[in-house]
Amino acid sequence: MGIHDLKTTGALRPSRRAFLTGAGLVIGMTLVPKGFAKGQDKAVIQADVQNEAARAFNAFVRIAPDSTVTILSKHIEFGQGPYTGLATLVAEELDADWSQMRVEAAPADDEVYKNLAFGLQGTGGSTAIANSYEQMRKAGATAKAMLVAAAADQWGVPTEEIVVVKGTISHKASGNRSDFGSLVEKAAEMEAPSEPALKDPADFVLIGTDRHKVDTVAKTNGTAIFTLDIEFDDMLIAVVKHPDHFGAKVKSFDDTKAREVSGVVDVKEIPQGVAVYADSTFAALKGRAALEVEWDLSEAESRSSEEIFEDYLSQIGGENELEAANQGDVATSLNQDGFTTIESTMRFPFLAHAPMEPLDAVLIRREDGSIDCYNGAQFPGQDKAAISEICEVDAANVRVNTQLAGGSFGRRAQFGSPYMREAAAVFKASGMNRPVKHLWTREDDIRGGFYRPIYVHKLKGAIDGEGNIVAWDQAIVGQSIMNKDELDSTSVEGASDSPYQIPNRRVMSVNTTLPVPILWWRSVGHTHTAFAVETFLDQLLQEAGKDPVEGRLALLPEGSRERGVLTRAAEMAGYANGSPPEGRAWGVAVHKSFSTYVAEIAEVSIGEDGGPKVHKVWCAVDCGVAVNPNVIKAQMEGGIGYGLGAILYDEITLGEEGRIVQSNFNDYRSLRISEMPDVEVAVVESSEAPTGVGEPGTPPIGPAVANAWRRLTGQPVQSLPIVPSRTAGA
Amino acid sequence: MVSFTLNGEDRQFDGDPDTPLLWVIRDAEKLTGTKYGCGIAQCGACTVHVDGMTRRSCVTPISSLDGSTVTTIEGIEGPEAQAVQAAWTEIDVPQCGYCQSGQIMSAVSLLQMNPKPSDEDIDGAMAGNICRCATYQRIRQAIHNAADSMEG
Repeated sequence: MGIHDLKTTGALRPSRRAFLTGAGLVIGMTLVPKGFAKGQDKAVIQADVQNEAARAFNAFVRIAPDSTVTILSKHIEFGQGPYTGLATLVAEELDADWSQMRVEAAPADDEVYKNLAFGLQGTGGSTAIANSYEQMRKAGATAKAMLVAAAADQWGVPTEEIVVVKGTISHKASGNRSDFGSLVEKAAEMEAPSEPALKDPADFVLIGTDRHKVDTVAKTNGTAIFTLDIEFDDMLIAVVKHPDHFGAKVKSFDDTKAREVSGVVDVKEIPQGVAVYADSTFAALKGRAALEVEWDLSEAESRSSEEIFEDYLSQIGGENELEAANQGDVATSLNQDGFTTIESTMRFPFLAHAPMEPLDAVLIRREDGSIDCYNGAQFPGQDKAAISEICEVDAANVRVNTQLAGGSFGRRAQFGSPYMREAAAVFKASGMNRPVKHLWTREDDIRGGFYRPIYVHKLKGAIDGEGNIVAWDQAIVGQSIMNKDELDSTSVEGASDSPYQIPNRRVMSVNTTLPVPILWWRSVGHTHTAFAVETFLDQLLQEAGKDPVEGRLALLPEGSRERGVLTRAAEMAGYANGSPPEGRAWGVAVHKSFSTYVAEIAEVSIGEDGGPKVHKVWCAVDCGVAVNPNVIKAQMEGGIGYGLGAILYDEITLGEEGRIVQSNFNDYRSLRISEMPDVEVAVVESSEAPTGVGEPGTPPIGPAVANAWRRLTGQPVQSLPIVPSRTAGA
Repeated sequence: MVSFTLNGEDRQFDGDPDTPLLWVIRDAEKLTGTKYGCGIAQCGACTVHVDGMTRRSCVTPISSLDGSTVTTIEGIEGPEAQAVQAAWTEIDVPQCGYCQSGQIMSAVSLLQMNPKPSDEDIDGAMAGNICRCATYQRIRQAIHNAADSMEG
């Protein structure tokens, strides 16, 4: 079911469509280059055929004579649900029937398809629904107004008397009725209203109800196409031999044995390493294994993780500290007679994102010299610019065709697109005469850098004679993800803006420099700040003799949304009148990230292996208007599982002389089904504007589990992962 | 030359006999539902059925499969497959979806051998299939639902 012969089609259009049929159930999704798809299931190519005659109503909405409505999604779909969410927003205001809706990826265009939260096209920061909420509703409302205007004109009736319900346009008095398709040609020519009226939320029929995802069926029968599945005749497979030290460069290489491997076509040096090109994936892998490369380590990181941690610790309290928050008089209150003070130092390791589909891209030069790229483009404009620069082709002649991606968790979103620069370098070095699929193996992925940085936190707190937490002093040391010299808010978010009302509070930050490339990782700074704040606060509350829930509520502002979710999670757990079963403990955490509020209570025991066994998690989330509760719950479940795997088992370690230790899922563990707790999610009702859900489920799980663990064992968790010994055995 | 049956059709492969089944399926046979995830039998994204049993195709040399019957996600059929795919769809198990072919192949095999699996049975049969989106809770539920639907 591969995609053959793409090069003969001249397909220049966005090529990803999801479509639905019947009573709102999805029947398929595919990559549908024009006029080709030989041998593919007829149902799978249906949308493409139907949409040949579709008319654009605006940059986001196309309607075809058969009444199908195709949404161009400016956000990539990698499981977090924007295809379904954006289609819901448009369908709501368009008053389309859900069965009419289709989705395809928008082309790369940093202006038309920009993320309104970023200013360029991109997906991240849990912004897809938040930044699209009005924009996509307006896109739907605009198209509806044009359809209504066309109907009014055709029927000679006033627009105000026309109603649209579930894809049917009608005028009661005259008895006229029409589907969308019959009016498409006329409607597409009508003037678009600049400020179309949007529905009162009380009138929503789709927003707020559970909805199946548009991509579910194709992801259940093997027909969903990812970048890895793109196939052209005569395509080369390329893999790159990378160094095992960060900052190393190729000194020399011997490709004699590699070239002896049957199927290997060429070997080329590129800035990132040495590329092996072959007619098949196995030949490329075998060729790479036979390649001998000598590396220049003169500019490489030669320190171990342990040495980096020691260096970071030494920088606390030093001259490089930047102030992120400072109120009251922390120094005095930490040294006051009669106050109890406690301290904690916490270490957070490098983390790889390890999406199921490793990085990959397919590049092809067309007969006119233009280039098509097929990849999981999280920042399509950045990918396009990288290809243009490296391949020396005008950006206007580069098309980025965004594919479904097998996860990302931040990995595919890079300013400057280093991974696309590598793919483009591989393509350029090949001569660009044959299509090239550039494939990362899992080892390339785990050892490829762009990690969640190492951080060290040092915390001090004071409790007065009456059990009040009166001082909080926190220092955070680590690389600046945004590569800043000044304060980087992504290093301190979730700590500097802590909602807890503590009169004397200071948060300091130190930016460090390493040759290890780093990147945001699902929830960015909150991956470590939520852990540090919520575990240390829990320790202070215990020291002060306060209950974890009641103690938090007393420190949170009246009416705050943190209070709302924490109260709800406690109710779900039966916290007030209950207690965990014998041998188990409850751990509590509440954290806001990306303007979404999440509280989690974890029930934990000591597992057979001596580490935490998490049985149950109660999760309450407040993300404003809940566009699709089904997707919100899925993201909380997944965010909890993703975060739990990391805090229990995961670290990327630089060993002796800076060599990367881990290499695959055998030593960079992932949570497995036997380790997944039962997760119960409540979506708190809200009329606030919707906020994101892709990331906010992740931050609270680590501290919730660690807090339960401390109450079970008496041992605070000060170094992650909690179970380092298990990283060696899966 | 290796001769085997793939989704009910006779196939031959005359390339490198060390080639893992995964790359024969994907590169030579152009069936892309079976995914690469790790290459060392750690993640299960490449799971197929060989002679009715689950097999990690990424570490199975094609030379070991002469005369074998291979079934991929594109070729599964029967009551267990139908029940599993329907249950997966009903509660929207997939997120990114990349691992789900492998998950489904393992789940179908589990139900073929054990029509009423307990949570522990599911953990045992499915622990070799990683899902980085952590859709595990819905996978477990969908397997129970599929089992229930076949009973009724």
